[in-house]
Amino acid sequence: MADFAAGLLIALKKIFKPKKTINYPFEKGKISPRFRGEHALRRYPNGEERCIACKLCEAVCPAQAITIESEIREDGGRTTTRYDIDMLKCIYCGLCQESCPVDAIVQGPNFEFATETREELYYNKQKLLENGDKWESALAENLKADAPFK
Amino acid sequence: MTYLITFFNELYKIIFLLIPILVSVALIVWLDRRVWAFVQKRKGPNVVGPFGLLQSLADALKYLFKEIIIPASANKIIFILAPIITMTLALVAWAVIPFDEEMILADINVGILYLFAISSLSVYGIIMGGWASNSKYPFLGAIRSAAQMVSYEVSIGIIIINVLLCVGSLNLSKIVIAQENVWFIFPLFPMFVIFFISILAETNRPPFDLPEAESELVAGYQTEYSGMMYAMFWLGEYANILVLCALGSILFLGGWLSPIDIYPINLVPGVFWMIFKITGLFILVSLVKAIVPRYRFDQLMRLGWKIFLPFSLIWVVLTASFLFFSDNLPIVG
Repeated sequence: MADFAAGLLIALKKIFKPKKTINYPFEKGKISPRFRGEHALRRYPNGEERCIACKLCEAVCPAQAITIESEIREDGGRTTTRYDIDMLKCIYCGLCQESCPVDAIVQGPNFEFATETREELYYNKQKLLENGDKWESALAENLKADAPFK
Repeated sequence: MTYLITFFNELYKIIFLLIPILVSVALIVWLDRRVWAFVQKRKGPNVVGPFGLLQSLADALKYLFKEIIIPASANKIIFILAPIITMTLALVAWAVIPFDEEMILADINVGILYLFAISSLSVYGIIMGGWASNSKYPFLGAIRSAAQMVSYEVSIGIIIINVLLCVGSLNLSKIVIAQENVWFIFPLFPMFVIFFISILAETNRPPFDLPEAESELVAGYQTEYSGMMYAMFWLGEYANILVLCALGSILFLGGWLSPIDIYPINLVPGVFWMIFKITGLFILVSLVKAIVPRYRFDQLMRLGWKIFLPFSLIWVVLTASFLFFSDNLPIVG
């Protein structure tokens, strides 16, 4: 009985301690620079797309979520005509970003991209490029923070 | 004509009792979750309304819209009757609880007997729920729950006898008035402790919640229920806890009497003291939930029959002999 009373006293003290709950939409938890969230296709600083359609990411993807079709441009460079990632098949493992030789496909820090229909989550090249432009500053930061460890 | 007037008078009193009780059952669920969360250093529901107060309403709405599934092999009539009985009995018990000197719906002279009868009947609701579900886990849960409730009801009965010895009447208002000088919690403190623990066992609250523990029995006798019927069981359970907390505050904490009889504190209406005491007891019930591990079923039964019952019986003898030899036996009436 005495140890029960002691337990009760501890419980009463704990009621007044600060809580660990974060107020989600308004406060968010800390994310590491290596966090694997929504995908993005990056560009070089001069605006040129980084992707050279080597198809390493398509080959390594364990869920076969990436689909690529490529062509040779007039100026001799190879580029993709189709680069689709099915975000519903994707397992967010990060192998595509590990395998990319030019850091074109990367996984950014965004995880809040839920939609109301399945079709919106079948990302195509245009959507991924837009993502890249939108998130470029965050992506560059994260890549710089993680570079010493790669 | 006078019949109609009396009828509407009583109807108005009933509605004025029922609506606040239903609202407070919803709020008490919120309080339970908040206290439980605060003990674990996290916040409970705080999104839905101001401070999360409308959480129970949101839950009730969710249950309202859920499909009511009746298992094909279940006994339909009894299956549907079980939550109805549980909820009805829990609400009906409030008719004899006094909130102030004249604020009682039915001032019957056998109030305690009525409450005791209601709590014995509520075992039926559980047995019906478990048996009619026609499935293993509800059956086991119902059996255990019924056995547990019956054992601890005996204990509660003996403790009530203890208090009645000091009062001399089964009328709940008279029990409160008899505590004008000193609340019964002071001379009868061990009985209060046992009564409190028996409340937990009677209503299947932790640490005695084996019949409805999620890891042991899914949800015990409530497993096969969905939608509004589950909500009725759940509301009935919390209403039951509140009734027993109210009984505890009437028997031991002085009901609607204020703690100190000095002028400014006297002005606070009795209703407020009653609500305050019920809430205080409920917070204690809720704290216990947050801190103790579960009793195994045989330990639970051993506690009820081999420890609480002998102790309460001995205390009855002690109280009776003390009152007899100090010529303090109450005048029956």
